[in-house]
Amino acid sequence: MQDFDYAAPISTHEAVQLLADPGHKAVVLAGGTDILVLLRERRRRATLVVDVKKIAELNELAMTADGGLFLGAAVPCSRIYREAAITEKYAALVDATKIIGGWQIQSRATVGGNLCNASPAADSIPPLAIYDAVAEIAGPNGRRQMPVADFCSGVGKNVMARGDLLVAIILPPIEARSGAAFQRFIPRNEMDIAVASAASLVELDDQGIICKARIVLGAVATTAVRASHAEEALVGQPPSDELFAQAGALAERSARPIDDMRGTIEYRKHLCGVLTRRTLAIAVERAQSKTQ
Amino acid sequence: MAKKKLISAKINGEPREFACEPRQSLLEVLRDSLQLTGAKEGCNNGNCGACTVLLNGEPVVSCLVLALEAEGAEIETVEGIAAGGQLQPLQQCFLEGAALQCGVCTPGFLMTAKALLDRVPHPSEAEIRFQLAGNLCRCTGYDKIVRAVQAAAEGTNP
Ligand SMILES: Cc1cc2nc3c(=O)[nH]c(=O)nc-3n(C[C@@H](O)[C@@H](O)[C@H](O)COP(=O)(O)OP(=O)(O)OC[C@H]3O[C@@H](n4cnc5c(N)ncnc54)[C@H](O)[C@@H]3O)c2cc1C
Ligand code: FES
Ligand code: FES
Repeated sequence: MQDFDYAAPISTHEAVQLLADPGHKAVVLAGGTDILVLLRERRRRATLVVDVKKIAELNELAMTADGGLFLGAAVPCSRIYREAAITEKYAALVDATKIIGGWQIQSRATVGGNLCNASPAADSIPPLAIYDAVAEIAGPNGRRQMPVADFCSGVGKNVMARGDLLVAIILPPIEARSGAAFQRFIPRNEMDIAVASAASLVELDDQGIICKARIVLGAVATTAVRASHAEEALVGQPPSDELFAQAGALAERSARPIDDMRGTIEYRKHLCGVLTRRTLAIAVERAQSKTQ
Repeated sequence: MAKKKLISAKINGEPREFACEPRQSLLEVLRDSLQLTGAKEGCNNGNCGACTVLLNGEPVVSCLVLALEAEGAEIETVEGIAAGGQLQPLQQCFLEGAALQCGVCTPGFLMTAKALLDRVPHPSEAEIRFQLAGNLCRCTGYDKIVRAVQAAAEGTNP
């Protein structure tokens, strides 16, 4: 592997200083499941690797005072899906963390790293987006927050500047009568990169009518895309298979996929329809099981 | 060249110290410096699982861990699972059930399977297949591996 130095700061402030230091070409190391591969294959260069796993704040995984979730940027997937309270509230995020790589990858891979790496096929991004998650970033000029939906700016690109560190992802509280789900399509049973993926969230009113819907598609554009027309078609309607099929057909039109070795444009659009339909059915089932 | 650093870790229950460069993976150090050659290098990019070891009880691919990250950690490798000269039940079941041919994948499968049985003593077949999905085998077709894990879990020979 290329030669580099290593630092493991114990505070966010110290990490930001190291990352901002013009004397180094520094990269952040969280779980290392992307960055160590990139460094080894020389697709990324670095003179300093900053391991952020010793920073207490980044290891925090806790419900917030208002009932939301504080997900530290260094928390690995396996810690997330083992928490019953998170599975209960943020099931679509848990769906994703269970299928990011195999167990060995989940022991190390963080949702923060999955987001920063900004792959169009990143499995955690559509779930984060349907929950309106917010990224908390620390930088040389202090802290700021921004919606996860605006965080990625292209394939492998994000809005972070030199010296910036993702501290946490904050998920707002969710309504009692809501449910969500994430699914992806891969040709194998496990361990592959999504050909297409979809995350859906629905909220039901007292009468069981859909009063809010969110659908975000993955791997069918340079960044995750929201299927707004499909969302609009759902609101005000009672859930039914016909309605989900109609939303699926509308979701296909929001996809702007490419042709590549994993699938053709036509195939990916078709998958968006199927995955939207299926995740909506699970999301509604999950919402209904909570209201009973 | 970045300076070598001295790392202390508990490996297979024993305190060990080793010097390593920041760029060295845990896999490299286990094999080349500590002569623990059980963990294998298959792909060196996280996909095959042949290099699986347990880091603080969790299975990880040691090709995607820096050796420096092992400071203060507990590491278990395949060399450490047979106690007092007796094969561990999983090893015995792999052997008797012919769950290996070339054997390159075996140390990795044993470590992931051990982590699974430590947490879930009686996993279903689907659970075994799902949790072992990060380990690839080019020889056996997996069925015998799954049966060996089931046998170890049930305390029967395959
Ligand atoms: C075998 C294998 C299978 C995989 N399967 C899947 C899959 O099914 N689905 C999927 O979505 N992904 C998959 N991945 C990729 C997935 O493991 C990564 O995207 C992972 O989530 C990244 O997290 P990490 O903690 O390992 O990040 P790292 O590799 O440590 O970092 C990733 C990138 O983000 C930056 N970064 C990390 N944390 C921060 C921070 N706090 N602040 C600023 N920058 C930061 C790093 O500098 C780097 O550029 C797979 C990878 C492997 C090796
Ligand atoms: S050598 Fe580490 S996963 Fe293949
Ligand atoms: S026995 Fe040869 S790879 Fe598994």
